[in-house]
Amino acid sequence: MTQRTALHTEHLAAGAKMVDFAGWDMPLHYGSQLEEHHRVRRGAGVFDVSHMTVLDLAGPGARDFLRHLLANDVDRLKQPGKALYSCMLQADGGVIDDLITYYLGEGRYRTVVNAATRDKDLAWIRHQAEAFEVVVTVRDDLSMLAVQGPNARTLAATVLGGEAGMRALELSIFQAVELGERFVARTGYTGEDGFEIMLPNEEAAEFWRALLAAGVHPIGLGARDTLRLEAGMNLYGTDMDETITPLECGLAWTLAWEPLSRDFIGRKALEHQRAEGRLRRFVGLVLEDRGVLRGHQRVIVEGSGEGETTSGTFSPTLGMAIALARVPAGTEETCEVEIRGKRLKARVVKPPFVRNGQSCL
Amino acid sequence: MSQQMAELKFTRSHEWVRDNGDGSCTVGITDHAQELLGDLVFVEPPEAGRQVHAGDACAVVESVKAASDVYAPLAGEVLEGNEALADSPELINQDAYGDGWIFRLRLNAVGDLAELMDADAYTAFVEAEG
Repeated sequence: MTQRTALHTEHLAAGAKMVDFAGWDMPLHYGSQLEEHHRVRRGAGVFDVSHMTVLDLAGPGARDFLRHLLANDVDRLKQPGKALYSCMLQADGGVIDDLITYYLGEGRYRTVVNAATRDKDLAWIRHQAEAFEVVVTVRDDLSMLAVQGPNARTLAATVLGGEAGMRALELSIFQAVELGERFVARTGYTGEDGFEIMLPNEEAAEFWRALLAAGVHPIGLGARDTLRLEAGMNLYGTDMDETITPLECGLAWTLAWEPLSRDFIGRKALEHQRAEGRLRRFVGLVLEDRGVLRGHQRVIVEGSGEGETTSGTFSPTLGMAIALARVPAGTEETCEVEIRGKRLKARVVKPPFVRNGQSCL
Repeated sequence: MSQQMAELKFTRSHEWVRDNGDGSCTVGITDHAQELLGDLVFVEPPEAGRQVHAGDACAVVESVKAASDVYAPLAGEVLEGNEALADSPELINQDAYGDGWIFRLRLNAVGDLAELMDADAYTAFVEAEG
């Protein structure tokens, strides 16, 4: 049985084309994926991301638990509300999931994990939590909306209203605030400014309608993918998975090696891999010939060997094909990508491709 | 059913075929197919001179999300691909049965056109496919 978010009826009312996504009946688009993409880059859009799993972690052992569980260090979170992006690793360094953790206050954290990985994440987290004084609560009572785009914060603040709206506007990047039952974070997955807002399921539909009335457009999962790829953000399951470590999917920056005494899961394997060297590079590609890049196409690098695209698409903002790719060490400025038996030329770039509506190329 | 569709023949793989009356036909993908694919961003028509059999994958249409093959509806020789699609693949979204045509084919046997579905049969086929 496919699951539905609290906003299912709203999606149908907005004319959504619904698809199965990780067991959830979710909107792919509401008419045109391209138009939705541009609306987020130029104005403001709202995504229903309630299929993602919100977890609250509380107890005297919560901090120590997360310092063991995550490759990034929650001790970097000094102020309540601050957020941290991290990978959760296996002992061999393979990525179980990527997630954002918010520090709520002494012994209290909130984390958001991917929809497709929910079951294995929960099993892993609960298993690891046994050794710590921490209670893990799944917050299925909450819906989550992402409001993104250059006008997103202003419009969302209007809908939040009054003091809540003002406090939301005061948030710095990667910071969140609890406003009663609502939780507003200045985070997102599009390369645009905006908020991710959690609120009780029973309030979700009214809040959604108020956003639409304020001029925020509903945006489907299709545009979410082109936006995040332009922003150079990894997608779990295609750019990374359990067979890849953060060192080879562009996420080395999320690894907190210091202090040396912190024994997080996967640390030894990562240290070993780093010492061995010759790591594959995780890069951006821009197709110079005509065509569209997709995930898992063969990349040929003259003199260095072969790699593969991990995700690719037509970039609506740039009007050209772009991809993220894992390529051999030593890859420099150019490569070829094999598309339906033909080798097409591509340029190697550093992601992101687009940030705040502007080309980074 | 539109007036345009009444003049066309259709395949089970969602191509439409227009009999040009001179031993050739024009081929595209149906309005139903373009709607399923969504915004098209790249089209690769077949090259002129290529011999195709019925059912051969001979062109590719790519939407933002995925690539799909377009199949030759009947056997013949490709006369030309629609060059306008190189710069404007969205012509297929905008006018699937007109400016969004993909290629023209000289048929090996014009009589083969009778094997394809007419508009009523195609409409029923799409409804049955759900």
